Amino acid sequence: MPLAKSTADHIKDLAQRYPSKQSAIIPALWAVQHEQGYVTPEAMAEIAEHLGLPASLIEATASFYSMFLTKPEGRHEVVICVNAPCMLRGADEMTAYLGRALGVRDGGTTADGAITWHSTIECLGACGGAPMMQVDHQFEENLTEERIDAIIERLRQPVAVAAPAPAAASERPKRKAPAPRRTRSES
Amino acid sequence: MAIKPLVTKDFATENLVQLKVYERTGGYTGYKKALEMQPDALVEEVKKSGLRGRGGAGFPTGNKWSFLPKGVYPRYLVCNADESEPGTFKDRYLIEKSPHQVLEGILIASYAIGCNLAFIYIRGEYLPQHDALETAIAEAREAGYIGKNVFGKGYDIDVILHRGAGAYICGEETALLTSLEGYRGEPRLKPPFPAIKGLYGKPTVVNNVETVVNLPHIVNNGADWFKSIGTPTGAGTRVWCMSGHVNRPGNYEVENGTPIRELIEEHGGGVWKNRKLKAFQPGGASMMVLLPEHLDVGLDFDAIAKAGSLAGAGAMVVMDETTCMVDAARRYVKFFHHESCGKCTPCREGTFWMANIFDAMEAGEAKPADIDLLLEIGYGIDGRSFCPLGDASTWFPRSVIKFFRDEFQQHIAEKGCPFKKQPQEAVA
Repeated sequence: MPLAKSTADHIKDLAQRYPSKQSAIIPALWAVQHEQGYVTPEAMAEIAEHLGLPASLIEATASFYSMFLTKPEGRHEVVICVNAPCMLRGADEMTAYLGRALGVRDGGTTADGAITWHSTIECLGACGGAPMMQVDHQFEENLTEERIDAIIERLRQPVAVAAPAPAAASERPKRKAPAPRRTRSES
Repeated sequence: MAIKPLVTKDFATENLVQLKVYERTGGYTGYKKALEMQPDALVEEVKKSGLRGRGGAGFPTGNKWSFLPKGVYPRYLVCNADESEPGTFKDRYLIEKSPHQVLEGILIASYAIGCNLAFIYIRGEYLPQHDALETAIAEAREAGYIGKNVFGKGYDIDVILHRGAGAYICGEETALLTSLEGYRGEPRLKPPFPAIKGLYGKPTVVNNVETVVNLPHIVNNGADWFKSIGTPTGAGTRVWCMSGHVNRPGNYEVENGTPIRELIEEHGGGVWKNRKLKAFQPGGASMMVLLPEHLDVGLDFDAIAKAGSLAGAGAMVVMDETTCMVDAARRYVKFFHHESCGKCTPCREGTFWMANIFDAMEAGEAKPADIDLLLEIGYGIDGRSFCPLGDASTWFPRSVIKFFRDEFQQHIAEKGCPFKKQPQEAVA
């Protein structure tokens, strides 16, 4: 699937913004993921073309970072932290509950395609509100079973009335539909 | 010791994220004052203040600035907002509450070192904080704080906000620069240090978020005033991220030198559920464990180092008597294994083997010889890795073996974790 013109234009602008066009690779990957939900080899080839760099360079960079996704996943991404500070406040119990409530294993996507979830050992920076998770990169802290139920119910709402996306930043092209989006690549 | 909030003093102010509100609290007066000064005088002032980098190593900020070679341009300032050390969440707090304070600090540092293009490298997971900074940059540009010929002083400055994409290693300054250049975030050999050859091979200063937020206050109130706060070798305050088994986890700014006891008992409300304190860890995932006997140590780089740990990034992880120290160490080891960039063998392979042994401990499959094997692997990594990530992966587990060896022995003798009734699922 070719990139939308707005994304392609944005990538060309990025190339001008940095002292070296190579610095535009990570922002360009973000722009692609924002539009298409994940990053395909075709999209990386297109980035390479717009930046005037070899495609291998784009792939080398993309494959290093755990937040760039290589396959489509659910409409919403839920990531729950199981590092030590969260563990101390019951993250294991909350992780087990989240898995039971969603009915899929760690790393899986619910049958309705609404939610992909996984636990992470990478601290998400909310130890003061542990146990915690990120829902589409928004912080959900001091989790309890009741709070998790409420969050899941909200995320399961049909697309049309789903919670609005976080305020779109000017640097990011607007995403048209909340189609498949972020997941994590194998790390 | 009296509580003197410095960088968080206005955080109760409503809508502080807005430029107009920030200005009403005295915001950007430090930047304006700095622009009246000669850059060299500004560097001297910061040197004199005794401000030390808050990212972890505690290197004096003014000295770091003065290492830039004379007459070599362009030069860059990079603000490290890649906060990823498990246990820390202060950069997030400082950005969320007052993005303009961060920006003002960056502008002051940029002017001092003669930089016309500054970068903020923020971790990918901090999307709301990224957006807050982006809005702040737009507001500051509109108000003329960022742009060409700022206030007619002939100084040009632009700021680029750059979002990372999930890699702890990019908090290490050379890996951060490599990542900012668009490559895989692997560390570089030092020397040359970034001050000589940094971003794009040009002289570069990398300063942490908590470091730069001190700058407006130093410029406004003077080096002598700043030096009067804290300890002789640790001027100022620090924002401590308190987590784990305390009644009130959260960020607390305290004067350097404040006893750890005061932070945990008064600010944090003491250990939760009326339980006893077993251990705590100052500095984040990397740092060695300390015991209740260390509660009277002051919160200060040098004092904590003397006690056998490190203040690092300013995290305080508190563990009560029910904590399985083996499992706590297992989480951190698995974290370092996950985040090892793979560039050097001791770290890539060593963290893998340590993680395997820790999993075996929790699963009840470890052998008595595994405890010393962990120490041996740690010895093979520490000081033999390319960058501090590998070294740091060994500090906490080795200190836990030193103080809590009996818990390891118990795991082996009882074929499983004595603190948990159910067998544990593998984590991450």
